[in-house]
Amino acid sequence: MRKHAAEPLAWLGFSAGGVVAALFAPVVLFLFGLAFPLGWISRPDHAHLVDVLSNPLTRIVLLGVCVALLLHFAHRFRYTLMDGLQLPQFSRAITAACYVVALLGSVAAVYVVFVA
Amino acid sequence: MTAPGNAAPGPKTYRARPSVWWWTNKRSYTLFALRELSSIFVAWFVVFLLLFVWSVSRGEQRYERFLDVASNPFVVALNVVALAFLLLHTVTWFNLTPKAMPVRAPASLGGRRVPSTAIVASQWAGFVVVSAFVIWLVVG
Repeated sequence: MRKHAAEPLAWLGFSAGGVVAALFAPVVLFLFGLAFPLGWISRPDHAHLVDVLSNPLTRIVLLGVCVALLLHFAHRFRYTLMDGLQLPQFSRAITAACYVVALLGSVAAVYVVFVA
Repeated sequence: MTAPGNAAPGPKTYRARPSVWWWTNKRSYTLFALRELSSIFVAWFVVFLLLFVWSVSRGEQRYERFLDVASNPFVVALNVVALAFLLLHTVTWFNLTPKAMPVRAPASLGGRRVPSTAIVASQWAGFVVVSAFVIWLVVG
C-alpha cells in the first residue's frame, strides 16, 4: 500500500483521541449512562449543569474531546473494516467514509456545544 | 497468470485467503479484535455526550427526559456494554504506552529507562485524577 502524506496526522489524531478515551470517557459514561439515570447518585440540578456548560473553557474542552474521539474512531475503525473483514480493495472508500463520519460528527459537535 | 509486460514469469505461490473469523482461533486474537471494536463504542460515547449537552441546553424538561430515556433497560444494557469496551480500551491503551513510547530518565539522573510499571501506574493516577475532577465538577 502506498504511504500517504496524511498518515502521520491520522496517527496523531488516533493517539490524542486514544488518550482522551482512556482517561475521560469511562467516568462520564458511568455518571450519565448509569449512575444518574438509575438513581445510584442523585441527579445534578439542571441549573448547575447549565452553569458548568456555559463556561467557555468547558465548551472548548468538550469540542476538543469530541473531535479527538472522532479522529480516534475513524482511524481505528477503518483498519477494523479493512483487516477484520478483509476488504483491502475498498481501502480508499472505507477511509473516506470513516473520515467523513468524523467530519460530520465534528460539525455536529460545534453546533451542539456552541450554537444550540 | 502473468501481468502484461512481465517478461520473466516467476512461480506464483498460492495463498489461502484467511477466514473472516480468523480472530476466534486464539484468545489473544479475540482480545485484539475486541480492542479494535472498542472504537464503535467510542463513537457511541460521542453521540451520547452530545445528546446530553443538547438536552441540557434545551431546558430542564429535556434534561429530565434525557435521563428517563437513559434509564430504559435497552439503553442501560447498551451503556453497560459500551462502558465495558471503554474500560477495555483504557486498560489496553495504558499497557501499550510504555511499548509505544519508552521514557528515559534525564541524563543527570542516570539516563536509565523508566520501568513500564511506573509508566502504567502514572497513567492510572491520571485516570483517578481526571475521574475525581469530573465527579467534583458535575456532582459539586
